[in-house]
Amino acid sequence: MIDGFIALYIFMLAAFTGYEVIARVPVILHTPLMSGSNFVHGIVLVGAMVAMGRAHGTLEITIAFVGVVLAAGNAVGGYAVTERMLEMFKSSKPAPKAKH
Amino acid sequence: MPIEAVTIVQASYFVAAGLFIFGLKRMSSPVTARGGIVWAGVGMVVATLITFLTPGMENYGLMTVAIAIGGIIAWVTGRRVAMTDMPQMIALYNGMGGGAAGAIAAVELFSGEAHGAAQLTLGVLGGVIGAVSFSGSLIAFGKLQGLIKRSIRFPGFNYLNLVILAATLVVGAILVVHGSGGLQGHVTLLFVLALVLGIAMTLPIGGADMPVVISLYNALTGLAVAFEGFVLDNAAMIIAGTVVGSAGTLLTQLMAKAMNRSLANVLFSGFGESAVAGTSDGPGGTMKSIDAADVAVMLGFSEKVIVVPGYGMAVAQAQHKVWELCQALIARGVAVKFAIHPVAGRMPGHMNVLLAEAGVPYDLIYDEGEINAEFETADVALVIGANDVVNPSARTDKSSPIYGMPILNADKAKNVIVIKRGQGAGFSGIENALFYLDNTRMLYGDGQAKAAELVQAIKAL
Repeated sequence: MIDGFIALYIFMLAAFTGYEVIARVPVILHTPLMSGSNFVHGIVLVGAMVAMGRAHGTLEITIAFVGVVLAAGNAVGGYAVTERMLEMFKSSKPAPKAKH
Repeated sequence: MPIEAVTIVQASYFVAAGLFIFGLKRMSSPVTARGGIVWAGVGMVVATLITFLTPGMENYGLMTVAIAIGGIIAWVTGRRVAMTDMPQMIALYNGMGGGAAGAIAAVELFSGEAHGAAQLTLGVLGGVIGAVSFSGSLIAFGKLQGLIKRSIRFPGFNYLNLVILAATLVVGAILVVHGSGGLQGHVTLLFVLALVLGIAMTLPIGGADMPVVISLYNALTGLAVAFEGFVLDNAAMIIAGTVVGSAGTLLTQLMAKAMNRSLANVLFSGFGESAVAGTSDGPGGTMKSIDAADVAVMLGFSEKVIVVPGYGMAVAQAQHKVWELCQALIARGVAVKFAIHPVAGRMPGHMNVLLAEAGVPYDLIYDEGEINAEFETADVALVIGANDVVNPSARTDKSSPIYGMPILNADKAKNVIVIKRGQGAGFSGIENALFYLDNTRMLYGDGQAKAAELVQAIKAL
């Protein structure tokens, strides 16, 4: 059980962590990083699953079903595009730099 | 036995939260970025699979079907989308996350299971933010995809949005005070209002500002996920959501700054693609054209060439030919560098992705701060499909709408070659003083075709 002030502490520390992790990122990575952080909030999937596990009645189950579909889309889609983008970034190894 | 299952679930969330932060940290350097997303992915798979062990759950069959549907559709679209369309795809996936957070809130509120003022408040807030992010992201997707062509805007739209926001908050407050148990109509109204708010907020914003908006919605979705994490007592959601919320807010600020706009300006002023009525007269002089053979000679005998690509290059699909051109130059011993303006693509960093796709190594790519001083020593600045980001009026002309925007100092190079389709003004409708300078020559034509001609001509030198 996460309660009261413990929750606030978690919130505060996580907020600073997010800020610090991103703070010195080069512009070159802004798009992939936005996509990567988009993937990370795909963790909403586990919440949607739990909500669906508890849901009763047609209305609740239908909404929860839509929620799980959307959450899975967020997580899987976010991973697919981020990985595709980052896969392409490569260094010029020795050649062009050496001539300079 | 159930106690052990709970412990396993909690342990998996702990591991996932750690892997997300570790992954994001690695994603912030190009050397380790690829590994970063893989680590975060491992965290996601572990958390998802272990969640099936959560005691007291039902609907396992439907749940699996739902994951399969969402996952397969997203995987197929995500693998196929063109790199140029990446911004709207991110918007779409982000909107789905917001919608999921909204759905969690809806289930909790309809079932009346959220209890206590704190849980209800966070549940309602998270639901509203998630729903706004959902409908807003869909509008952003529609705009960038070209499905919604016009920015609907009328006097006082800000007030209308304020009214909708106030109404949403009032309904939310009623739910918090009375509990959501018997108030199903109110719950429905809450979500309808929030969805309308997301649409009404996003419609007036122009396409050029959309990246900032997408980034903002990304941060908002993170926040919504964190709030729903409090309601569900789920530490992984609280931590991951909050980390994304704050990181996304910072990213949004960085982007807005790179575009010389404040966030408030983007959200409430409703300019961004409306052709700004230029108050100043066009720059004097004439544009001087040049043909490809002369450009090839100029480039081939240079010591240093700086390439300034813009979104026009990506639209013409010229990035592969441009890299071929650069390789031909490098083979002749010419030092070639790429100068990227933060807003060169459709969002900061987008042009880097497009160049990476063409095979350009990231260590040849420099951003505005790193390379601006180097233009003075460059023999040629080759501008391809870029316009506003090299307009010197941003430094000198106080009446220009882009005055004060950081630009690439291409005009400081000894020679400037601009490859451009025709003589028209840029995306923002602003005349570009660079094109009229004495050291500038215009090479008119399709970016890809011209780059191909240059490759041939340079190889023949």
